[in-house]
Amino acid sequence: MKRLISILLGGGLFGYGLAWSGMARPEVVLSFLQLRDLGLLLVMAAALAVTTIGFRLAPRLRQTTLLGLPFSHEVKPMLAGTVPGAVIFGMGWGLSGLCPGAAVASIGIGNGPVLIGLAGMLVGAYLQGVLAEGRPKLQG
Amino acid sequence: MGFPFPNGVTSYLYGGLFLGLGLMVMYLTLGVKAGASSVLSSTLTYVTPLKAERSSRDWRLLFALAMVLGAWLYAATHQSFFVTAVGWWRLALGGLLVGFGTRLSSGCTSGHGICGVASFSRASLLAVAVFMAVAIVTARVVLLLGVTP
Repeated sequence: MKRLISILLGGGLFGYGLAWSGMARPEVVLSFLQLRDLGLLLVMAAALAVTTIGFRLAPRLRQTTLLGLPFSHEVKPMLAGTVPGAVIFGMGWGLSGLCPGAAVASIGIGNGPVLIGLAGMLVGAYLQGVLAEGRPKLQG
Repeated sequence: MGFPFPNGVTSYLYGGLFLGLGLMVMYLTLGVKAGASSVLSSTLTYVTPLKAERSSRDWRLLFALAMVLGAWLYAATHQSFFVTAVGWWRLALGGLLVGFGTRLSSGCTSGHGICGVASFSRASLLAVAVFMAVAIVTARVVLLLGVTP
């Protein structure tokens, strides 16, 4: 139950912030990428101010999380796909103005057409998964 | 106010602050750095034999549903509902590339851009520099080709 409330609060704040920042609107993201309004940099800076301090401070103040779980100390490693994936993501982001989080939040602001983009993302993630894990066998 | 912030700075700063607080709630409770793009892979494990992110699929899907609710709450309380004019083929093709690219790169704007950079990951810093540069060039080219908005 505490877990459920935490996820609803965390996801809720994340989505609320995405809507408030305007990033749930592809047009606002595109206006950044076309270098007409650099607001996206402020969004990232404000979010980073919170997480950079928080990710460091929390494990120093407590052994475990408020729910008694271990803190992740994940630092994303450099992998063969890191840069090629970023190139492909950048092309898609520049074409559509959509990234995964903003697209999910965009449903909440009533942006029906974003479902087309999310469907595309699931197909893209599926294709990447098949390439990475080998063609999945439908039979057991 | 003109360039670089023709629409002011307030909504960007408060939006980013709340977005960061949402990620902090996830870190302070579940202990996870909750980048968004993993939900694509994790949700696929419900309906395909793929295995990536399977163990986190329940909380990630719930997290995404909560994001929809949070965004709805903002739009409903600020009369801020919105339907994009970006064409369907750009959403479809762009989405496909975003889904493939973020999973290949193991991160997106939130996973690399916020969680990864906040963890001082060199891979994330490089990924952010690359996807920002490529996206800016792509968006400018699309604009120059006369595709609007």
